[in-house]
This record gives sequence, structure tokens and C-alpha cells, in this order.
Amino acid sequence: MGKPTKKRSVADKVRKAKTSTEIKNNPFEVKINRKKFDVLGRKVKHDVGLPGVSRSKAITKRKETLLKEYKQKNKSSKFIDRRFGEYDTKMAPEDKILQRFAMERKRSYDKKDVFNLNEDEELTHFGQSLAKMETFNDFVNSDDESEEKGLLSAEMTASHFGGGGGLLRKKTSGDQQEEDGSQRAKSRQELIEELILKSKQEKRERQAQKEEAQVLTEQLDKEWKSIQALMVKKAPKAESDEKPEEKPKLEEYDMMVRELGFEMKAQPSEKLKTPEELAREEREKLQKLEADRLRRMMGDEIGNSTQQQVHMSADDLNDGFILDNDDKKTLAYQDGKWNIEEEEEDNEEEDDNEEDGDTEEGEEDEEEGEEDEEEGEEEEGGVSSEEEDGHSDLESENESEEEEPKLEAKETSAKPLSQEEIKAQQEAAKSELPYTFAAPESFSELKDLLCNHTPDNQRLILARTLKCNHPSLAVGNKLKLQKLFGFLLEYVGDLASRTPPELTTVDKLIPELYNLCQMYPEAACKAMQSILGDAAHSMEEVLEVKGRAAFPSLDMLIYLKVTALLFPTSDFRHPVTTPALLYISQALTRCPVRSLQDVTSGLVLCCLAVEYVSFSKRFLPELINFLLGILHLAVRDKTTLGYTLVPPFRATGKLTDLLVLSDWESCKTWSKKSLPLSATQSLDLKTDLERDHHRLTCLSICLDLVKRCSLLYRDLPSFTVILQPIKTLLSKHLTAQTIPAALQELHKVILETIDSAPVAHPRLVFEKKKPIPLKLLTPKIVEVLDYGKKRGCTREEKEKERLKHKYKKEFKGALRELRKDSRFLAREKLNEVVQRDTERKKKRK
Amino acid sequence: MAPVSRKRHVSSAVAEQQTDKRVKIEPNHKVEEILQSKKHANAVYDIFELLQSEKVADVVGAAGACSRLFCCLLQRREMFQGKVPPEEEAMSGHYSPQEKYSIFMRHRYSSCVEMLLELLDHELHQIAESGLCCLMQFAAAEGNHPLLDLDWSEHHSFPRELILAVVNKLLSKTVDSSLLISRFQEFLEMDDVRYYVMSSVRENLTKVMDRSRGEVLPVYQSNVFTLMSNISIPNQESELTSFMVKQGANHADWKAAKLKEHKRVFEKMWLGFLKYQLPSNMYKKVLVILHDSVLPHMSEPSLMIDFLTAAYEMGGGISLLALNGLFILIHEHNLDYPDFYKKLYSLLEPSVFHVKYRARFFHLANLFLSSSHLPAYLVAAFAKRLARLALTAPPTGLLIALPFIYNLIRRHPSVRVLLHRPSEEEATVVDPYVMEEEDPAQCGALESSLWEIKTLQKHHHPDVSKAAGLINTPLVQQEEDISKVLETTTYQLMEQELKQTVVKKIPLEFETAAHFLQGGGGALGRHFCLTFTSV
Repeated sequence: MGKPTKKRSVADKVRKAKTSTEIKNNPFEVKINRKKFDVLGRKVKHDVGLPGVSRSKAITKRKETLLKEYKQKNKSSKFIDRRFGEYDTKMAPEDKILQRFAMERKRSYDKKDVFNLNEDEELTHFGQSLAKMETFNDFVNSDDESEEKGLLSAEMTASHFGGGGGLLRKKTSGDQQEEDGSQRAKSRQELIEELILKSKQEKRERQAQKEEAQVLTEQLDKEWKSIQALMVKKAPKAESDEKPEEKPKLEEYDMMVRELGFEMKAQPSEKLKTPEELAREEREKLQKLEADRLRRMMGDEIGNSTQQQVHMSADDLNDGFILDNDDKKTLAYQDGKWNIEEEEEDNEEEDDNEEDGDTEEGEEDEEEGEEDEEEGEEEEGGVSSEEEDGHSDLESENESEEEEPKLEAKETSAKPLSQEEIKAQQEAAKSELPYTFAAPESFSELKDLLCNHTPDNQRLILARTLKCNHPSLAVGNKLKLQKLFGFLLEYVGDLASRTPPELTTVDKLIPELYNLCQMYPEAACKAMQSILGDAAHSMEEVLEVKGRAAFPSLDMLIYLKVTALLFPTSDFRHPVTTPALLYISQALTRCPVRSLQDVTSGLVLCCLAVEYVSFSKRFLPELINFLLGILHLAVRDKTTLGYTLVPPFRATGKLTDLLVLSDWESCKTWSKKSLPLSATQSLDLKTDLERDHHRLTCLSICLDLVKRCSLLYRDLPSFTVILQPIKTLLSKHLTAQTIPAALQELHKVILETIDSAPVAHPRLVFEKKKPIPLKLLTPKIVEVLDYGKKRGCTREEKEKERLKHKYKKEFKGALRELRKDSRFLAREKLNEVVQRDTERKKKRK
Repeated sequence: MAPVSRKRHVSSAVAEQQTDKRVKIEPNHKVEEILQSKKHANAVYDIFELLQSEKVADVVGAAGACSRLFCCLLQRREMFQGKVPPEEEAMSGHYSPQEKYSIFMRHRYSSCVEMLLELLDHELHQIAESGLCCLMQFAAAEGNHPLLDLDWSEHHSFPRELILAVVNKLLSKTVDSSLLISRFQEFLEMDDVRYYVMSSVRENLTKVMDRSRGEVLPVYQSNVFTLMSNISIPNQESELTSFMVKQGANHADWKAAKLKEHKRVFEKMWLGFLKYQLPSNMYKKVLVILHDSVLPHMSEPSLMIDFLTAAYEMGGGISLLALNGLFILIHEHNLDYPDFYKKLYSLLEPSVFHVKYRARFFHLANLFLSSSHLPAYLVAAFAKRLARLALTAPPTGLLIALPFIYNLIRRHPSVRVLLHRPSEEEATVVDPYVMEEEDPAQCGALESSLWEIKTLQKHHHPDVSKAAGLINTPLVQQEEDISKVLETTTYQLMEQELKQTVVKKIPLEFETAAHFLQGGGGALGRHFCLTFTSV
């Protein structure tokens, strides 16, 4: 081991002696790195390696660092060589010495200067060096000389040594007198006097200034103190802590200033918006939403969807969530009567209630009872207004003011409750609703929660449940509410499948469903999808076995409608509405019509289908087929048709006369009215007349739907072809004479619409293609990465790869260095041992 | 043997009194007795009685016993061979006791066969099944140990009569015996049985149908069909290996051992069946299996042409099904069918998108129209007609029809004018196509354009809409494979939509929903209300 090192050291010496060019030209020193792909003209950094040089470099470096450390190991004291440039090989020794000298000088100079009293300067007296004066060879000087010479110094002494110059001055005044007012002497005296005057004046001025400044500062301080409080909120407190004696000094003025300061400090509130501005904002928002809807309808890929629709619950006050009971209405009962107050009293009472907290209900009842007796007279007047009030707190939550009266009117018309009914309701709802509800964990819990309540109360319960379990209140609430949506849907289906179906309750629950859906679109989407999937699956199973299926039951119809209310139906592709529309299409194609209920169900489906496509105006062939089939059911004479029916309808057969009137006379007594949705499940038609009336209603619905379709689809190129069968049917078989007068107008409109559509169309041509640009010979640019192959697609992945690669490389390098270090150290240790051994041997000889 | 029989009568009287006791008597035990010594021969009546009893277990047991007994007797050749004399004559005649015994047993055997044949009509499947098994065991035993003289070479030793009787019973005119037939299928695995069953079926058919003078007998015909559809002929002669009856030296001459004969009989059977008028659902059943289980096994498939053309003329679903058989005849047997395409054209009506055989129809239509030698007017007519029909089709049908039309246009570039006619770009045209015209040459499709597809670009289903959108640009040359979409159902489409993983935000309705009947143009709210309003 010793030998090679020796050799190497020799080699190192030799190498050191050689210049770098010499080394590079020596083929034995050079190691040429193999290149994988040789590119002509490219300069590569590492094409040639000089292993010897780099090794010797590494060794010297280790000697300087590692070896030193090794030598220093286990030594408590350390010798640090601070000599300037001792280890700087680049510096010439002469330079080094010069630099060191300069530094030395500088250091000593700096140090001396600190307390140096002009050591190096010569002291003078009257312009003569004191050191020289010590020789005393010519101590008598002429006055002139002294005057001339000492002019500066005299002034200095006068100013510097104040009274010390009295003797001198005397002497000089004497001189002045002697020399008869020589200009220079006089001027000098005057000068001195002036100087003194000046200095005095200056002194006075300075004092005055100082005083003034003092006054000003004090004043400023005072002002500052008054303002300081305004600028820093906590300052006054601190101040008052520090200077308690100042407290009583607070004046009204200060107070006011402070108050003003506070007011100034308040955040500038936004300008109250005028109704016009509000309307404009609303319109802009709607326009944006509409534009979004259109874009989705066109089926463009939804890129970075700009729709950041933050849902505002109808209850939301735009100030974050605050659980307050203010808008919650207290239900109280007085003598079995539902106690409903006017709005303001309501609030007052609720204030009371809030203070009371959860006192016993009986007490509350008593209290309110007392109050109520006073209000009794007011209330007894209008029962109907009470009824409306019952909704009032619900409906006031809805912000859409325009819609409100209309809807309300609709509702009241749809539900004209008599006084007895209301009383009965009130009787039924004896128990007061609690304010807080735990979110139901299962469907049965929800059912238990809601059963035996009026529709309005059910909604109230749900609204309260939503508030009590708002996600901002507890961690698990989000999940609970997400589940609640599913249960609520199930509950809706349950309500619809009861006999008779409780659709008014469903109607009341819609807003809550909507709110929940807006809060958790994903969960709502999942729940709806599973319902649709299950329904479609069961229908598919029936189809596979029987080849035909029954019409969807009422709950499914309700679900389809709810889907349309919760999700946009006009989207080109939507995870919920597209399957829902497919389901409708499937039902319309595969379910044969075999009774009047089926006709009704089918018409409800058609209505839904029309609603689904009413915005997007998309073509639904099944809808037209079905309407044609329904109209066909009303045709009396089925011999020569002139149109073809599409399955599931048949031209002739057992059940093809479902809508043919049994008696023509029943036309006269018929008037159009809305059918209940429950008619899809069970029809209670006893007489022929009733049956005929139902038929006519169906026919009118069907005709109205045809009209809607013909208006929807009139822009389609094949519009006439699509509606040709219906046109033939209406003009040849179901002519205006064969239908009641009320429907003839509709009939006419339909035929006119069909006839007015353009028949001729421009020929089809392909869209013009953009000319394909010529191939350009621009070089293909390939990104060169740190690590060889191109890995990872996105930028993040690439970055990750790069870092990984870098880390690996560094890790390897570090390992290699460590190994080299340990080898070096081992070598040194061995050297030491060998040296010691040889010394010992020498000594022992 | 008269005294014996008298005694027998007495004992039967006793037996009626002690039924319970008798039931416990093991029929197998009786069989042992009979086989051990001839003096117990009368025990055979006890077995017969059990055979006619009401209890299922008894009957099944007795049938098993019978088969054991007579098979054994046949093996021992203890039954009279050749033409058997009437029983009374034999008893009184000059026969040795040994012969008398054998004649007696032979008569018992034939009455047993009769009884078993009666059992085949039994309502209980278990009984009928055991009867059938027993009879087939008899047939096997009889074949190997023939009761008749072997002088006629044609049928060798096969018990033809027995098989014929069984087949006659199976092909009942009143009862649907499909269960029994499916049991019988197991025996049809044996080549000789199959051969003789086929000829028996043919015999039976001619007999029955001639008697009914060609009228439709739905139950009988469905029985026949069930039986016939269970018969499958092996493809190669070397596969004819399993026989119920082993023939000795002259096996090679035996007809049942020749595939050609099998095919001939098979063909005769089918032709005999199809010769008569069938119920319409039977047409469909036959046509469904015709192309892959009947036609390949016929020695002369072109004989089917009458049946197929008749079915093709029938129209509707039957025509669609007949296409398949016709295609094989046209394709493989050089059948020339005039006006084939015209007929195919007239098959295109709105119902093709709704019937069960839609996939099969479009598959075949695709094959028929794949020829590049068809005239352009014909292809144009097909394309245009399909496009018209597409206006009434469900989404699944559209997903077939649109690629179908595109493929037609790709194959026949001269039809591209339907999609692209630039010279008359400015002028508007009334569609010159006549839907009612039956002749594709006259319908004027080539002068038309496919505005229907343009219409379908507004279809509600996104996939259909996308597919229809392809006509905006020139079609790519690569044909689309429609076989993938042939079988899709609406439910699959729905599943596809439902399963799409939604990464993006789900769009929501922005109009606040406050009431159930609101929104969507108010179609529902206008005509329907929530509750029943009092009139």
C-alpha cells in the first residue's frame, strides 16, 4: 500500500509541474468518454476526462479538509491559522507580504485612533511647534509676527478658553492703545465683541427656540394623545394604564373626537343598491346561467366550468350561517285552536321564547294564551287569512317576490280548505313541534318523524332539521344531510305510492328537496341515478320475460318530474336527465296501452317528455309515435288508414277503441278540467258518461301535446314527414266534425301549423373544409429532460421525475464520495502505523 | 294352464281384500321367484296389478320389475320366438309344457308392453317416464335377442314395431308431451334408435295429417316439432358409433349405420312435416332453428325452397326469419330468387326497429347489401328508406341504422350524393322520394337527400345526435362494425350513462323549484293537478 502511494505522490508532483495543456495533450492522461450518439459539431462538456488530475485534486482537497479534521479529532483545543492568505496558493508571496503589512498598519492605526489625542500632530503655539519651542532658541517674537501668525489661534483661544484670555486681552488692548487705533487691532476687538454678541444672541435664540419647541412638542403631544386613541384601537387602554391620572381629564370634546375617529375607522359599507341595480344584477346572473345552459345544451365539452354557482338557500341572509330562531314560528295552541299571530306579534313572542329558552310548554301556552286573548278579536275575522298566514313564514323565505302572489293564488285555488277542515287539522296537530330535530339516520326514522303531521308542518320539520344539522355546525352533518336527500326521495316515492297518493305533501317537500340538492349535487345525483337505474332494471327484467311491460307507477312519474325540477333537462348530456329521458323513451316504446289508466299514464309521460325537451327542442320520435297511437285509439273507423302505426300500438285489435266515445251526446256536457295525477293508478268511472268525459279529456290533452310538439319541432328539416301520419289522421279520420266544439280550435291550429311549415329544403352538402396547410419543414422540437427518456405526461409528473432523478444522482454521488473518504482515511491511518513502526524499529536498532 | 288361471282368479279376489298386505310384497322378490322356478309363473299377474295401481311408487317399482323380468327372460330365450299362436290355441294345442310356458310368457310380455304404452299417457311425469324407460329397455333387449325370425335383411333385428308404437304414443294429439320428449332425447343419442324414430315420425305424420286432411293440429304439430328439433344428425359417418342393438356380421349393410341414409330420412321427415300447413307461431319456431340445425343436415337443402319462399311471402316477422334460410340457399346452393331485393325493400317498415329479431334482420341485411355490385339506385333506395324509418325508431335502433346507412354510402361512393350535392346548393327542393312506392327503382331516392339524418342531429340522445352529426363532414373510409351495436338494449344505454364517473361538477337547475307542477313549459301543470278536485 505504501508503495503505490509513494508512486502516486511522485506522479502528483510531476503532474503539478506540468501545465494543464501539457496534461491534456498527453494521451496517457486522457480518458475519452464513449458517446452513444455522436452529433457532429456539438460541444460536449464531458467528452474527455482527466482521471489523474481529478484524482490528485480530490486527494489534495481531502488532505486539506478531511485529514485536518482527522488530525484534530479528539483534541479539545484547536489551532486556527488566521494568517492572511496562508493557504491561498494563487497569491504570490510578495503580494501576501504586502497585504499583510498593509493590514497590520491599518489595524494599528484604527486601534490608536480611538483614544489618540493628536499624537502624530504637532502642537503649536503661535504657529510654532511646541516641540521646537522646547529648544528655546528664539522665544521672543515680534508682535506683528505673533499677531500675524496667531490670528487664527487667538480666535480659537478666545472662543475655546473663554475667560482664560483676560490677560491676553488686556495686553492686546494695551497694545491697541499704544498703536493708536490701528485698524487691524480695532477690528479684532470689535470682532471679538461681535463674536461674543453673536454667540450670546445665538444662545438666546437657541434657548427661545428650545422653549418654543418645548411648547410645540407639548402641544403636539396633547393632540397626539387625543388622536392616538383613534388611530390605534388598544392605545387608549394602554395609555390609561400608564397614566391613570389623566383619566379624569377626558373631556367631552375628546370623547367626540374619538367617536368621530371611530366612525372614520369603520369600514366603508357598500352603497345600498337601488332596485334597478338589483334587478340588473339579477338579470345578469340569470343571463350568465342561461348562457351556461345553452352551452351545455350544445354539448360542448365543459372545460373549466365557470359556473361557480354558490347556492344561496332561500333562507340565507348572505351573512354566513346564523342559527337564529327569529324566522321560526312558534306554534301554540289555545283551547285546541291553532294560534296564529300577526307577523310582528310573532316576533315579540319569539323574543320572549328565546329568553325563556326551553321552559315548559305549558307555561308558554299560558303566557301566550294571555296575550292571545287580547288579539283574539283581531283574528276571529278572517280564517282564510289565517290559513295564508300559516304559510307566511315559509313563503316569506322565498325571495322571488314576483312569483309569490301567483303561486300562492294557485295554491289556494288548488286547495280550498273549508273552515272545518282547518279546524280538524288544528285538532290533529295537537302537539307542538319541537325546534330542533336530529337528522334521521334511516328511512324509517324519517318516516316516523314526518308521519301524522300536516304537509306544512312536515315541511317545517324538514326546514328545521336542515338548519339544526347545517354542515357548519358539526362535522358529521354533511354526511347526514347527504343521506337525508336519499331518504327524502324515498319518502316522496312512498307518499306517491300510497292510496290515495299524498301529492300535496310531495308538493310541499319540493323546496326542501331543491335546497338539499343545491347543497349536495353529487349525493343528489347518486340517489336519483340509483332510483332510475333500479326502475329501468326492473322494467328490463319484465321485458325480457314477457316482451312487454306495464306503465311506470305513479311514484316513478313523480320521480321523473322531480328530476326535471332538480336538474337541467336541456343539457346535451347530463348524468341524471339523460338516463331519465331514456327511461321515458323506453316506457313510451315498450308499454302497450291496455286501459284508460294506461292512456292517462302515457299522457303524463308525454307531458314529462315535452317538458324535458321544451327548452332544447330536441327530437323525441317516441313521443310523436305515442301521440299518434293515442289519437288512433279515438278513431272510429279503422278500415283505410293511410298511416302506419309503430309498436306498441296496433292498427286493429282488441284494445284499439279505448278512446272511441260510446255516446256522441256526451260531447255536449263535457268541459275541460285538470285530471288528478292519481288517475294514472286508479280510475273511478262508473257511468258511460263519466267514461266518455274522461276520454274527451285525454283527447284534449293529446291534441294539446300535439300542438306543443308541432310548435317545438317546426324548425326540423323533416318536420312534415314526421307529422305526416298525424296530419293524415286528423284530416281524414278524426276530422273537426267528429270532435267536440271546444277542441276544434286546437285541431285547426295543429293542421295550420303543419301546413305552414316549409316543405322545400336546401340540398345537403358537407361543411366546407379548411384547406390543409402545406407541410412545413420546421424542425420538430423535442424537450430534453434531465433524465433520459420522456416519462410522465403532466408537468407535475415530469417535475417529480426530475426531482427523483436528481435525488438518485446526488445520493449516488454522496455515497461514492463517502467511500472515497473512508478509503483515504484508511490509507492515512496505515501510513501512520507504518511510520510509527519504522521509527520504532530505528530506535530499537 | 286353465286351472292355474282359475286359481289365479281366486287369488286375485283374495288379493283385493288384502291389498295392504300385497303392497308390501316386493315386486322384485316376485321376479326372483318367477325366474327361479317356472311354477311361480303366475306371480307375474301380481306385478301387473301393481303396474295398474294408483300409487306412484308401486307403479314405478312394478315397471322396474317388469323390465328386469322380461329382459332376463329374453336373455334366457325363454319366450316363444317367431309368429306366436293365440293363447287358447296354445293351451289346448299339442305343445310341450316347455313351449306352453314360453307361449304364456310371450303373451304376458305383449300385454305388459301394452300396459306400459298406456302408462305413457299418464298425467304424472314420473310414471310416464318410468314406462318409457322400461319400454326402451325392452327395445334394447329385444333387439339383441330378437323375438322374430331374422329373415328380412333390411331392418335386421331392430324392434321397429316397438319404437313405432312408442313414437305414436309420444306424438299425442291432445296432450303436450314435451317433458316426456325431452326425456326421450337421451335415447336419441343412439344412432339406430334415432334412425328408426325418424322413419316412425314420418310414418306417423303421413298417417295423422292425411286423416285430418291438412288441417292445423297445434298440439300435435308442436309435439312433432319438439321431437324433431331434438334430433340432430352427426356431421361425419365416423361419428355413427353408438348403437342400441349390436349387429353382427352384416352391420355394414345396415341402413341405420349409414350417414347418407340418416340424412335421407331426416330430410324426408322434415319435408313431410313442412308440407302441411303450420300454425303461425310454429313458422317462427321452425324458421329460427332452420338455418343452423336443419339445413346443414339435409342431403338436398334446395328442396326447402318452397317452404322458405312461402314463408318469405307471408310478410312481417316470418319474412324476416325466412331471410336467414333463404340466404343460405342463395349463398351456398346457387338459388336464384327473382325480386329478392325488392322484397327485402318492402320488408323495411317501422316495425323492424321494434321486433325481437331486429339484430338478426340487420345482420342479414348488412350481408345482403355488402355486395359492391348492387346498382346505385337500389342502395340509395335502401338508405333513404332506412333514414325515413329512423324517424320513428328508438335510440337503440338509431344506433344501428345510422352506421348502417353510412356503411352503405361508404361502399357505394355514387350514393354519396345523398349527403353531398354541391351543384344545386342554392335551390331548395321538395323531397322527391316516394315512401309508398314499392319498387326501389321508381321511388326516386337517388334524387333525394338525407334530411332525416339532419333532423336526427337534434335527437334527444347524445350518442344518436353525435352519430348523426357525422354527415356534416365527409365520412371516413373505414366502415363501422355494426355487429357490436346490434344487441344493445335501452337498459344498456342507460347503464352506460349511469356508470359514467362524474368528475366534473354536476350542473343543477338554477330556477328555484318551489312547486311540484312548475317549470318545463308547464305541460304537466296545465293538464294535471295534484289531487282530485271535486267536480
